[in-house]
Amino acid sequence: MTTQARPSRARPAWVASALGVLAVAMVAGLLDGAADISPWQVVLEVADWLPLVHVDSGLAPVEQGLLFELRLPRVLVAAVVGGLLAMAGAGYQGVFRNPLADPYLLGAAAGAGLAATAAIVLLPAAEGSVPIAAFAGAVGGVFLAYTLGNAAGRGGGTATLVLAGVAVTSFLTAIQTFVQQFKVEELQRIYSWILGDVGGGWDQLWLVLPYAAVSAVLLLLHGRMLDVLSVGDEEATSLGVRAARVRFTVLLAASLATASAVAVSGLIGFVGIVVPHVVRRLAGGSYRSVLPLSLIGGAAFLVLADLVARTVLAPAELPIGVVTMFVGAPFFVGILRVTRRAVT
Amino acid sequence: MIGVCAVSVRLGGRDVVADVGLDVRRGEWLAIIGPNGAGKSTLLKAVMGLVAHRGEVTIDSRPAAALKPRARARLVAYAPQSPALPPDMSVFDYALLGRTPYIPYLGRESGHDRRVTASVLDRLDLTELATRRVGELSGGERQRVVLARALAQEAPVLLLDEPTTALDLGHQQQVLELVDRLRRADGLTVVTTLHDLTVAGLYADSLLLMAGGRAVAAGKPAQVLTEALVGRHFDAQVKIEPGPDGRPVVHLVRGGP
Repeated sequence: MTTQARPSRARPAWVASALGVLAVAMVAGLLDGAADISPWQVVLEVADWLPLVHVDSGLAPVEQGLLFELRLPRVLVAAVVGGLLAMAGAGYQGVFRNPLADPYLLGAAAGAGLAATAAIVLLPAAEGSVPIAAFAGAVGGVFLAYTLGNAAGRGGGTATLVLAGVAVTSFLTAIQTFVQQFKVEELQRIYSWILGDVGGGWDQLWLVLPYAAVSAVLLLLHGRMLDVLSVGDEEATSLGVRAARVRFTVLLAASLATASAVAVSGLIGFVGIVVPHVVRRLAGGSYRSVLPLSLIGGAAFLVLADLVARTVLAPAELPIGVVTMFVGAPFFVGILRVTRRAVT
Repeated sequence: MIGVCAVSVRLGGRDVVADVGLDVRRGEWLAIIGPNGAGKSTLLKAVMGLVAHRGEVTIDSRPAAALKPRARARLVAYAPQSPALPPDMSVFDYALLGRTPYIPYLGRESGHDRRVTASVLDRLDLTELATRRVGELSGGERQRVVLARALAQEAPVLLLDEPTTALDLGHQQQVLELVDRLRRADGLTVVTTLHDLTVAGLYADSLLLMAGGRAVAAGKPAQVLTEALVGRHFDAQVKIEPGPDGRPVVHLVRGGP
């Protein structure tokens, strides 16, 4: 008798449906905007962008420019940021063997927040300095937490790492609050950065894409290793795996992904926790499927969240971070209820 | 097959294992017995290279310290006393983890790895459960699944830390008979810790009695399971008689010590 069982990987059907949802979300994201362009023309225009396809959408050059320079980068930034945050969240959850771990666990958010605040306060005229500062701050925050955690607990145990993350987060947040008091007139800018924004345009997308690509590839390659790590350090070691090295690599990649996302979008909460959980509930717990499906699902989720942020109070915009939490939390509870499984 | 020479493990400023030596021949079953806190599990971990230790461990006549983790994992499979079972993982995926030492770091399992895993599940009557989630299994099924992972490692040495804890009488027998059968069929060398002395004497070829981190007696079951040794080191009053097959049977005596 041979068994029908197969190793868990991302099933093509799941990947295809996730990509389908993402495509629909992105087209929907392109449809909405202040200018009145018909959906059909948008679809034709998108088709025209594809290689080897030439269709005339009938759009005026101004409308084409609007679509290409404003709406498209916005949708793409949302997709990249959502995908990175969700995948980084899954990576952190795997490393810490804790479903509540999120991409900001090790001080990435606090580090980015401090650096972005400092950039806004010290260099108020230099718009372009904020993403770079946020990126460096996020990396710095994680580095600080990792170094402290390893110094405190020999061998890189996960509990000391989490505690170091908590300490670094409080410390950096305290400094950030202190710094922002110096320039109360910049408070609104600081807060709007913290609450998240994906309207950065092509420049910011190109800025983070190399880091995003490297971290995504690294994380996707580590799916099986994260499955091995799920039996704990000791047993992973007995299986011939250097657990501390795997953990370091995954944390490095996930933190790079988080820093890239934070640099272009500020601090968008909840994506990194909700999306991997939904994926796990629907498609099983193996990281070999959780990581790729989180990447696609996170992209779709944030594109839709941005759509909601732009439309609910149009022409005013809600901060996207508010939407992810406001929509994400009830949605999450719903998923938990619907997919509740009997566990003996 | 396994040689341990003057091994000591220091944890929290205390010698948990002190100057222990042992020698297990190929195909032999050694059971490590001793009261709680005697250092049995720690000794197994030292053999597996999971705790820092002094002294030398040799595996298949090679110094274990010189072996790379993957090479070591191909020689020795280890099942801890309370293994971490990821509840959402399928039984097949869990057993497949045993193939890790053969799969390249960022690679994926080969057809051979899948076939080995499937055949191990088949031998342990787990094929029916292959797609079930590990978290849904009963205690006895879990123990077999952990054993399946260890066997999928295809290592000539099996280290099992209390493989029968939390199992009822029937399941204890089932697991031990299984280990014994596999040992005879594949020529495996088995080292287990066991807390049930009669069971240890029944299945093992030789016993090592540990107390306070030291090896206090070693030899055939009848040489180690004596009323004097057990009484002294377990602080218990027992009566030991030869069973039907001549192996010692340990009874507690009421009213002692």
